Amino acid sequence: MKNSSPSLWKATLAIVWKDLTAELRSRELLTSMLVFALLVILIFNFALELDARARANITAGVLWVTFTFAGTLGLNRSMAVEKDRGCLDGLLLAPVDRAAIYLGKALSNWVFLLIVAGIVLPVYSLLYNTNLFQPGLILVILLASEGYIAVGTLLASMAVQARTRDILLPILLFPVVIPVLVAAVKASSGFLEGLGWVDVSTWVNLLIVYDVIFTAVSFMVFDFVVEE
Amino acid sequence: MSMIEVRGLVKRFGVKPVLLGLNLQVEKGEFVALLGPNGAGKTTFLRILASLSRPTLGEVRVAGFHLPHQAAAVRQRLGVVEHLPLLYGDLSAEENLRFYGRLYGLRSLEGRMGEVLDLIGLSHRRKDLVRTFSRGMQQRLAIGRAILHNPDVLLLDEPHTGLDQDACQMLDATLARVAGEGWTIVMTSHDLARAADLATRFDVLSRGRILSSARKQDLPQDGLLAFYRMALESQTGGGR
Repeated sequence: MKNSSPSLWKATLAIVWKDLTAELRSRELLTSMLVFALLVILIFNFALELDARARANITAGVLWVTFTFAGTLGLNRSMAVEKDRGCLDGLLLAPVDRAAIYLGKALSNWVFLLIVAGIVLPVYSLLYNTNLFQPGLILVILLASEGYIAVGTLLASMAVQARTRDILLPILLFPVVIPVLVAAVKASSGFLEGLGWVDVSTWVNLLIVYDVIFTAVSFMVFDFVVEE
Repeated sequence: MSMIEVRGLVKRFGVKPVLLGLNLQVEKGEFVALLGPNGAGKTTFLRILASLSRPTLGEVRVAGFHLPHQAAAVRQRLGVVEHLPLLYGDLSAEENLRFYGRLYGLRSLEGRMGEVLDLIGLSHRRKDLVRTFSRGMQQRLAIGRAILHNPDVLLLDEPHTGLDQDACQMLDATLARVAGEGWTIVMTSHDLARAADLATRFDVLSRGRILSSARKQDLPQDGLLAFYRMALESQTGGGR
């Protein structure tokens, strides 16, 4: 019996299934991301004693700082789980296109970040007395988090090889994601201030272009990054 | 038929040479113990055979396929056990095997999982999370993971590391059962006694070269230690 290698999507889905099942059991990654994210917005709430107008102005910034830091925590943890028990070797030994490993890990990381965002938004809305459930903002969160995770997963798989991985990832990641963060904050602010599509479309388009370019590049270079 | 053919293998990390023109040929069904001191290059060599690392120079063929050019074909025919189990603690034994089975595109996965769990003696713990397993049980499951897809070649990198005496014996019994199924096996080890029990051939690797090779039937009883020492002394010119 000789087996045939699974397709890219079957291998990707197997990795996503594995990550979600393991996380449902341990809740290590989601708990740490969530607790961290909630603490950040709580600290901002107490540290910045602002009136209603000022609060509205800083919402987008606080949200994206929260998502960025919590996301870094999740990215580090997600790859550390693979590295510490040698499981990354287990994945690399499988006869699958290595892009499937990248896609699987990136999709899982994206799901985790979106779950955190889904919990942070109502808590933030309550604490800051503002309504964040706007379709425009949700679109921005989807696009910006995709770009952030696409680059973050690639860089996390590089950083995890180093002993200083916990500090190395933010140092590598933050400069590269500046465009996505700037666009995300501008587009989020625009939607929260009630601006029209015309006023924010530049930032949304930038997010789309960033997502396409960086996802494609990360997809293509992952094999070289994990090669010894 | 040669399952592993290595000619003039050189591996350098930067300017540091680890393997210096290594040659090795392993026939189908052989159980080769690769012996050698720390830093000899055993793990580096196994990682190259496993397609996890690229050779700097030389020719490497596994199951007839060239490395690194036909790495995917090699991976389909290769099982690897390292001293880390390569298993997910938050998945059950069965879920770990199912996950790896999907990555190898196994057709009759559930049936094969049952066979493997029986072979490694873990059928009764199939639903338990791997993090609740002892180190020895994890290592047996690691062997199950490695043979799940019926590979032609099994590579074992110091599989006894970190195991207590009882766990080592259980692992040996599992390895003996696996070897009895006719797989070609290459195992690195520091433990000469265990290697003597399990392997059918012994190769001594030191400073990046195979120094000497002997079949079990060609060595006198309890002669492995003397063979090993003689091989190492031949490299240092016998003088110390």
